[in-house]
Amino acid sequence: MKRILMLVLILGSLSAKSQVRVTGKITDTKNKPLAGASISLKNSYDGATTDSSGAYSFLTTEKGEQTIAITIIGYATAEEKIILKGTPLVLNIALKELITELKAVVISAGSFEASDKNKGAVLNPIDIVTTPSANGDVTSAFKTLPGTQQVGESEGLFVRGGTATESKIYMDGNLVNNFFYSSTPGIATRGRFNPFLFKGTVFSTGGYSALYGQALSSALILESKDLPEKTEADLAISVIGAGGGIQHLSKNKRSSWGVSYNYTNLWLAFTFIKFKQDFYQVPVYHQGDANFRIKTKNGGFIKYFGYISANKTGFRNGDIDSTVLKDAFAIENLNTYQNINWKERIGNGWKINTGISFSTNKDDISNELQDGNNQKQLITSSSLYASKNFILNNKAKYAQARFVLEKKLKGLSAIRFGSDYFYSDERSTYTLYDGTKFTQAIRDNLFAAFAEGDIYLTNNLAAKIGGRLEHSEIVNKWNAAPRLSVAYKFPDNSQASFAYGIFYQNPETKLLPAIASLNYSKATHYILQYQKISSLRTFRVEAFYKQYDDLYKTARNNIGRDLAAYNNGFGYARGLEFFWRDKKTIKNVDYWISYSYLDTKRDFLNYPTAIEPSFATNHTAAFVFKRFVLPWKTQFNLSYNFATGRPYYRIAYDTLQKKYFTSDAGKTINYNSMSFSVNYLPNIGKKNPRTFAVWVLGINNVLGQNQVFTYNYSNDGKRKEAVTSPSKRFLFIGCFLSFGIDRTQDAINNNL
Amino acid sequence: MKKLFLVTLLTATSIVSFSQSDKYIAAMKSNIAAIDSSFRNPANLLGLANNFERIANAEKNQWLAYYYAAYCQVNYGFMEQDKTKTDGIADKATVLIAKADSLAPKNSEISCIKSMIASCHMMVNPMQRYMQYGQESTTNMEDAMEQDPTNPRPYLLKGQNLKYTPEQFGGGCKTATPELQTALNKFATFKAASDLHPVWGKQRVEQLMNECKQ
Repeated sequence: MKRILMLVLILGSLSAKSQVRVTGKITDTKNKPLAGASISLKNSYDGATTDSSGAYSFLTTEKGEQTIAITIIGYATAEEKIILKGTPLVLNIALKELITELKAVVISAGSFEASDKNKGAVLNPIDIVTTPSANGDVTSAFKTLPGTQQVGESEGLFVRGGTATESKIYMDGNLVNNFFYSSTPGIATRGRFNPFLFKGTVFSTGGYSALYGQALSSALILESKDLPEKTEADLAISVIGAGGGIQHLSKNKRSSWGVSYNYTNLWLAFTFIKFKQDFYQVPVYHQGDANFRIKTKNGGFIKYFGYISANKTGFRNGDIDSTVLKDAFAIENLNTYQNINWKERIGNGWKINTGISFSTNKDDISNELQDGNNQKQLITSSSLYASKNFILNNKAKYAQARFVLEKKLKGLSAIRFGSDYFYSDERSTYTLYDGTKFTQAIRDNLFAAFAEGDIYLTNNLAAKIGGRLEHSEIVNKWNAAPRLSVAYKFPDNSQASFAYGIFYQNPETKLLPAIASLNYSKATHYILQYQKISSLRTFRVEAFYKQYDDLYKTARNNIGRDLAAYNNGFGYARGLEFFWRDKKTIKNVDYWISYSYLDTKRDFLNYPTAIEPSFATNHTAAFVFKRFVLPWKTQFNLSYNFATGRPYYRIAYDTLQKKYFTSDAGKTINYNSMSFSVNYLPNIGKKNPRTFAVWVLGINNVLGQNQVFTYNYSNDGKRKEAVTSPSKRFLFIGCFLSFGIDRTQDAINNNL
Repeated sequence: MKKLFLVTLLTATSIVSFSQSDKYIAAMKSNIAAIDSSFRNPANLLGLANNFERIANAEKNQWLAYYYAAYCQVNYGFMEQDKTKTDGIADKATVLIAKADSLAPKNSEISCIKSMIASCHMMVNPMQRYMQYGQESTTNMEDAMEQDPTNPRPYLLKGQNLKYTPEQFGGGCKTATPELQTALNKFATFKAASDLHPVWGKQRVEQLMNECKQ
């Protein structure tokens, strides 16, 4: 027995002293050495870290079957069973790269992103408010990016040869029907929503995802903010009005609510700035919104946003058909919008994203023919002048419900599918000079189903394949729209992408009811992009071709309205776009340059043949420059927009031949506009400031350059009048204050 | 006989387990001793991070091993020149410190590392990330001060952050020096709970104060 014990002891001491060397090399699957990989013998301290040649070496006293694990950031962990028998061991292992967001190619053909988080983002949310030509308007900042036209006489985004109605705007997945304030003749209105509501924006100039439809040209996708960082109140005072709001974060930081109210009155601006129009009712806007946001247990979110606004405007313009008479246009608008969304992880890699929205819009529009003393001219017999006295009342209701299910697959791959339902009910009453009323109601139920897959083959190659089915009651047909994007990343981190897609859209309400049964209008996009993004520089170039088919053509009905009658319109748009942004070359300076070349022709509405549409031009460029001067706590911003002249036409109707023809045409002068703004932030650097102030001074069209957007013709075609911006320059001075609410009071109250 | 055998076996096992603990202390000590010199070479710092992680994974319930693994990892993150890699390294440090945190909750030293990790994320793009990570860094630093008022390291972090913040944003030596002085005073009286508990930072404070004097 003693002997056995001795043996055990000897063996034991032997095993304690005999060490085995393990060596090897760690590479990736392409045999490239990986430095810094950790090699570890499980449940022991033994192991090593690879050197720059991927080699490692270590000694171990462990025996028998063991597990060796190799880990390094960005690669799948490898585990190998080994048997340690006292002889040196060589173990070479190739690791598979993980597909991660940090490294993977970004599918970016056709889209610009503004966000803080995503690496593909071209702008960040602050850019939207500090771009001087944008005037704090959500969509206007995008007019400094390639792909958009500088259309100054009406609102909306005119993208790559498309009309404004071909661009749709979504908030948290829900369509926003009246995103802009109601149109006024010759004056572009602003977007309704405050840009600070959003944390991220994707502006797609084509080839967008199957999750969105009913937009031939473009989708602007806005994502609202999550919980605020802290409870905060803010106040804004400016030459155009005042407003205030509060965002309250709950104590457990899991929910928040907020309300705000804004009052805009352009009276002060109108007393100092000369306007082309004679405003007898200066624009007055009341606007309120409310929200709540709740973080759920599993990291999901419930978000509600509600909005209401009431506004009115009235102005006189000289009547184009006479030298003495005037047109007095007035509009009153009441708009509400509400949406609620729920995002949740439901286990097994599944996510649900569902939402409903409801909105209403009411416009009361009137136009009066007035004489030199602003007295209404009553004309009782049917004539050109008589038709200038009218009243138009519009009432609309919209609702949407949607759900999207998403399943995460391996790496970044995912599939998602879902459904959308849209309801719209638009009623209008048109009252003629003699009290005759025409009423109409256009109702639609639109159903859509979609599916989409993100396929990441490697970190360098990814594709998005999707499809969308739609059925609209108005058209009463199904359509099927395939979508495809592919992106490839080069070794220098630049990337190339391609996108293809078919897009369908219903006729806009003003063309309805249709004279004959219609099909959907259709656009097919092909986009090729190359881009290189580093943290301080962005370069991208994009070429596109867009084919339009089945565009709506109009015919005149018996009361002289142009309504959709045929589906045989067509067209194309092709172009080349550049974008360069640089925050590196000049210290504290951030600038970007964009240029778009566009060649487009279309035959639609009342166009006699395929012509270059009046909202498009060949060359558009923008330059934006921002410089923060730290010692002065001031940021200086400058933007310059340029566009070549746009074509304009007088399209007349030949009542005998029942045909449209172009009786006059021309091209406007080039468009030039320079805007400038200064932001002064006096509280920067103060320790725990209770208030934070931003002073803003902005001047639009600093140089007072003459801008002609298009021409209006008199009824007989003998006179034409330039449509220009309502004022030469516009000056904005304002102060925005935010107050972080001090929590000491809360603490005291809780302890009592 | 059987009894004897069992006793021997038990004794042997107890010796083994006792020596294991010795082994732990010895391994930790030698690795901790290597930290300071490895700041000159980021690759060595990563090697140490991996060493600590192996010890931590083998021991499973020693928060200090995870703590040092995270500490080396986040410092490696600060030294990484390729900013596209920084977030991955900081995320790795987060995984490690979360394990330490579950073993020793509400620990002032652990809160310091959390603050450093947030600062590391912020460094990738300070202008854009200040709102999120600046706040996170501050919150953790304040937690660390509250969890152990005698700990000098959160004051070092605060002073260091302030020193590298532009004067116009409320930073610079003027505001940093009082914080660094507080840290220095606390270093004079700070007693680590054991040989393995963190003591780092005094040299760094002195270095920063010297830079401010010049």
